[in-house]
Amino acid sequence: MALKMVKGSIDRMFDKNLQDLVRGIRNHKEDEAKYISTCIDEIKQELKQDNIAVKANAVCKLTYLQMLGYDVSWAAFNIVEVMSSSKFTYKRIGYLAASQCFHEGTDVIMLTTNQIRKDLSSPNQYDTGVALTGLSCFVTPDLARDLANDIMTLMSHTKPFIRKKAVLIMYKVFLKYPESLRPAFPRLKEKLEDPDPGVQSAAVNVICELARRNPKNYLSLAPLFFKLMTSSTNNWVLIKIIKLFGALTPLEPRLGKKLIEPLTNLIHSTSAMSLLYECVNTVIAVLISLSSGMPNHSASIQLCVQKLRILIEDSDQNLKYLGLLAMSKILKTHPKSVQSHKDLILQCLDDKDESIRLRALDLLYGMVSKKNLMEIVKKLMLHMDKAEGTTYRDELLTKIIDICSQSNYQYITNFEWYISILVELTRLEGTRHGHLIASQMLDVAIRVKAIRGFAVAQMAMLLDNAHMLTGNTQRNGICEVLYAAAWICGEFSEHLKDPLQTLEAMLRPKVATLPGHIQAVYVQNVAKLFATVLRGQEGVPDRQVAQETSQLLIDRLPLFVQSANLEVQERASCILQLVKYVQKLQQKEVQVAEEVTALFAGELNPVAPKAQKKVPVPEGLDLDAWINEPPSESESEDEKPKAVFAQEEQRPTRPRHPEVDEKELARRREARKQEQANNPFYIKASPSSQKVYAETPGVEHIPVVQIDLSVPLKVPGMPMSDQYVKLEEERRQREKAERKKKKEKKRRKDKCGRGHRAESGGESEEDITPAHTVDIVTEEMPENALPSDEDDKDPSDPHKALDIDLDNLVMGATRRPLVDNEKLPVRAHRPPDALKSPVEGGEGEGVAQEPKKKSKKDKKEKEKRKSKERKKSKEEKKKNKHGQERGEEPEAGSAEEPAAMAAAAEATTPPAVTTAEEAAVPVPEVVPDAAPVSEPDEPKDAELEEPKSSKHKKKKQKKEKEDRDKKKKKRHHRHHSDGGRAESVRNGEEEEEEEPLPPMSNYCLLAENPYIKMSYDIQGNLQDGSQVVVSVIFENKSSSSSFLKCMEFNVLDSLNSKLQRPEGASPHEAVTIPFQLPPGVSNEARFVFSVQSIVMPQKLKGTLAFIVKSEDSSTHEKLDFKLHFTCTSYMITTPCYSDAFAKLLESGDLKASSVRLEGVSMPFHHLLARICFHHHFSVVERIDSCASMYSRSIQGHHVCLLVKTVDQTVSIDAKCDEPSLLENVLQEIKQTFAKC
Amino acid sequence: MIKAILIFNNHGKPRLIRFYQYFAEDMQQQIIRETFHLVSKRDDNVCNFLEGGSLIGGSDYKLIYRHYATLYFVFCVDSSESELGILDLIQVFVETLDKCFENVCELDLIFHMDKVHYILQEVVMGGMVLETNMNEIVAQVDVQNRMEKSEGGLSAAPARAVSAVKNMNLPEIPRNINIGDINIKVPSLSPF
Repeated sequence: MALKMVKGSIDRMFDKNLQDLVRGIRNHKEDEAKYISTCIDEIKQELKQDNIAVKANAVCKLTYLQMLGYDVSWAAFNIVEVMSSSKFTYKRIGYLAASQCFHEGTDVIMLTTNQIRKDLSSPNQYDTGVALTGLSCFVTPDLARDLANDIMTLMSHTKPFIRKKAVLIMYKVFLKYPESLRPAFPRLKEKLEDPDPGVQSAAVNVICELARRNPKNYLSLAPLFFKLMTSSTNNWVLIKIIKLFGALTPLEPRLGKKLIEPLTNLIHSTSAMSLLYECVNTVIAVLISLSSGMPNHSASIQLCVQKLRILIEDSDQNLKYLGLLAMSKILKTHPKSVQSHKDLILQCLDDKDESIRLRALDLLYGMVSKKNLMEIVKKLMLHMDKAEGTTYRDELLTKIIDICSQSNYQYITNFEWYISILVELTRLEGTRHGHLIASQMLDVAIRVKAIRGFAVAQMAMLLDNAHMLTGNTQRNGICEVLYAAAWICGEFSEHLKDPLQTLEAMLRPKVATLPGHIQAVYVQNVAKLFATVLRGQEGVPDRQVAQETSQLLIDRLPLFVQSANLEVQERASCILQLVKYVQKLQQKEVQVAEEVTALFAGELNPVAPKAQKKVPVPEGLDLDAWINEPPSESESEDEKPKAVFAQEEQRPTRPRHPEVDEKELARRREARKQEQANNPFYIKASPSSQKVYAETPGVEHIPVVQIDLSVPLKVPGMPMSDQYVKLEEERRQREKAERKKKKEKKRRKDKCGRGHRAESGGESEEDITPAHTVDIVTEEMPENALPSDEDDKDPSDPHKALDIDLDNLVMGATRRPLVDNEKLPVRAHRPPDALKSPVEGGEGEGVAQEPKKKSKKDKKEKEKRKSKERKKSKEEKKKNKHGQERGEEPEAGSAEEPAAMAAAAEATTPPAVTTAEEAAVPVPEVVPDAAPVSEPDEPKDAELEEPKSSKHKKKKQKKEKEDRDKKKKKRHHRHHSDGGRAESVRNGEEEEEEEPLPPMSNYCLLAENPYIKMSYDIQGNLQDGSQVVVSVIFENKSSSSSFLKCMEFNVLDSLNSKLQRPEGASPHEAVTIPFQLPPGVSNEARFVFSVQSIVMPQKLKGTLAFIVKSEDSSTHEKLDFKLHFTCTSYMITTPCYSDAFAKLLESGDLKASSVRLEGVSMPFHHLLARICFHHHFSVVERIDSCASMYSRSIQGHHVCLLVKTVDQTVSIDAKCDEPSLLENVLQEIKQTFAKC
Repeated sequence: MIKAILIFNNHGKPRLIRFYQYFAEDMQQQIIRETFHLVSKRDDNVCNFLEGGSLIGGSDYKLIYRHYATLYFVFCVDSSESELGILDLIQVFVETLDKCFENVCELDLIFHMDKVHYILQEVVMGGMVLETNMNEIVAQVDVQNRMEKSEGGLSAAPARAVSAVKNMNLPEIPRNINIGDINIKVPSLSPF
């Protein structure tokens, strides 16, 4: 042995360790890949050895190679081996490797569960720490579920080193296994007040992460955080808390008011910039959330802006950046206070740091006003000319368009100016945003009617100079602009000065090199222009122009007919035929203009982008239903031929250039010159470029390249936006003068009035009138569109699952105890082979697959039902108002929870908080029912859609619970003892339309006397194998109007079963029931019992003592009862899949038993439903009159049933690993059916 | 949340990568390349925040980095982290490295990637900040290293001797990449 060890270590001397590997790689710079592949071979050899030290060394090297980009997942199993070494050194190496390369898809992860559990409970805190650290990187839903409980225990470890890690990792666990949030939350909350600052910080960290995604669930923690904020000195914690408050304030403005003062103090006092910055940020958030009703918050804004200015002016670029970032938040609500710092922000535009420039650009967006828009845009245009790098230039371009188009062109006073800006932007080389410019052009031209004339002129110019845009590169995005230009010219061609010329420009051969969709628009609009030309020529005695135009089209259109693009081809051939026909008519001297124009008659209105989405679905139309039977798989495969067309489209377009003779060119040039001379917007261009352009023959064929970008380019005939700035200035001056005159007049008229109103120096916003009377057409929406903006939340967001109401939980177990399915699974009480047991797998599957299975229809139904219920509860509330003296209380209780939380937030002292929060949780309140309605009282009944016969009435708290339960179910759709009964029938494949089930209730009578009636139900507790929950409904039956008060519930404990009493109570003390009962009212209380053995049913004697208080007297009364714990009540509805079920039966660990029921006349599905409902089973599979069912006890016993029915005889064959439990359950089933 | 921590040198060679969200190896390398590309072209006197590595995250994520001598320390974080806080955390991390390695230089990171990981594990866990107090971090790292040494015992001794011999004639560059003398102005988060 010793020899072997020595030999091993001598062998090891010659193994490469990590340092050798690194050194080797550095020495083989030229053939690194080859060297590494030999190293990997060595590593593979080393991994085959038994010596764990060698393996660990190999794994360590693999971790390094992983960093270099080598996939090392093949060694995953070896990594697990190293992880399970008992030595810390190797364990640490293993976990490190695992954390680097394990992920959810790594299959060996499932082998690690037990190892990790062992490490977590290791006596050595560093083993635990290493396991926690590793787990935090590769936790999967399965690991999270299996280990949640272990980690939760670690949260109370004695060593803070472990506590803080356990707290942090809980966040990862929540993400992967959202069900763990509710049970773990109280302890997490406890950790906020941990004596160790590290643990405290970790808890704050986790809660902040949780709250950031679903802030409303954490409003109730505000007082606690408030306390922490005022007491903590740890800047990390403070920053986190302050950030959290920033997320909470939008939900609760009252919290904001509370915050302003301490935050302002912090801003004044702190020396840490990071803290200062976060304070400013949160103050901004508060100010945003507060309505303007608060008078003195301008001081706070001033403070913030002032502090931010200091940051921006700082020489540290980081502070500058953050200052700008925060400034942009203020801007949204208080633009005025930011606008005064315009100088500073414009200055930042010149900063050498691109991040800062971009931030400054963001700010500009909100700083524009009617007054300064032109000026700012001019500045940006200058920047654009200077800017190097296309990304920044593109950014500038989008910003210019954003700024101008924001809030429906609110700030644009002169649309001619805007159009010119857009036209100028088309000169930007290599931009990706041609599309954006095009859509702006279209939008403006369509919606601002007054501008169409001008726009059309500009667009015609663009079309004429199309070669400048298409330029040298085909992929130039800017040619998109031509799409807009062609459309505008065609659609609004009545505004065109010379439609014929534009028509010619659009039919140039070069057009065929444009992308297909643009050509298509060209062709279509050529037709529109044609119509206009014809109309223009109507009445002119000389028919020649009209006929020439037709001929022109007939000559040129064939080029498009040959296009490879289908759309172009189709449109062109249509139009070509049309024109040919028109030509024929023309030759017969028929007036055709009217008819051709009619083709394009009618206005096109803009449609809002979301219009389609907002069309309401007509009543009775189910969009998800199949119209025809879905096609079978094989059919769909045959639909391949479609691809043929797509392939054809891919063929490269071969543009054809028909010869254009010199004469024609000369003629055109002449015409163009003529046009330019007449054009008022034509600005004499520099002769050089003009000359090159004019004198080269066949200029259309030569790409224009020689553009010196350093000089702002002047396109002949294109206006410069700059002129407008001046014009606008003049116009404003004029208007101002006019207004002054008017005012003067007015003033003269009422001279005696309040004499000196100070003449304001600058113009206010409203004074600037737009140059055009702009009629901005609003976008069309469908009739009765739905107004709501549906939140487009990503359904795959993992945080959505964590949107869990935690408020009631915080108050303590009695308020809203965790429902069984919410408790964390504990391994301790399951059979030792639980890991591989089929049920386990089945359950995992259930979680994963169930939500998918659920059809949309189902959800819709549920939603409907929910809304119905909500309505009902509202009605009920109304009724209650007129009810008896206590009628107000439920109202108070039902107040919006957030509001109540706010109340809690306002109260800073802890005791006040609790009372306030108590008010929020309306548990003890009882709703008097005006009319004895038979309403569903439990989710299960709602599921069955059957009125419930039981007499006890609804309670507010319960309803809330129902709602929540439903939400939960919608998310997980798990079968749990409470709600899954009706659905569990559906667990099998078929869901037939069968006659409705009769109403069922599990509540059975406990005891009754003239004053009170008690009925009860017992449910197992999945979390704790030794607990059951007894729900007892108390109903005040007294005929006179007497109250029942001071109810005390007591049970004589047996050795096996004990009532859990509040802490500190003696073992025989009674439990006080936390409510009173007004006459005719019922309410429910829950009691937890601990049980040891569950294989036998048993009975417990108990007494209820209470005071009956009528108007004149009060008497003590007692009622004895017997609680019957059936074996059924220890069973928990657990879904199981048939394969898992089969494995379970095969395993051979189960004992069999059977029972026969004679004379059962009910339909088979009723029978199954009854077993499911009363005995907590779920259907695994059902074939005709035979079904397999499954259930599990709270202590993990599997119970399998095979139910068969033949002629009113039902035989049940059952198997279970605990024979006496099985015997008892079967007897109970028998009894159930004997009763009916 | 911190989504990734990358350390690479002036040439983009990774020295430590730690992703808190799964990416395949080739994707990881691509992210490193892209990040290096973004970061390396920035002057030293511009701000330390960068928006939009398109590969990680998206608009909510920022790159926050520091450049020390030959190494870039890059943290990719979302908006729940304080920008200045993370800058400070990087400083804490580097100072911790400095303490643990006694004048840390790039070579330490090259040859002891595992140890750097162990130190990082005490600072950040699963993407969340675990500890910011340098003394606490150093103390925990030391204890664990001592445990490792004590476990080493007989079997590790010869290996150590061999590697000591191997290390004797290192033809490596002198350890001149000392971060101690490069003082970076940090807006300090004074008392932790």
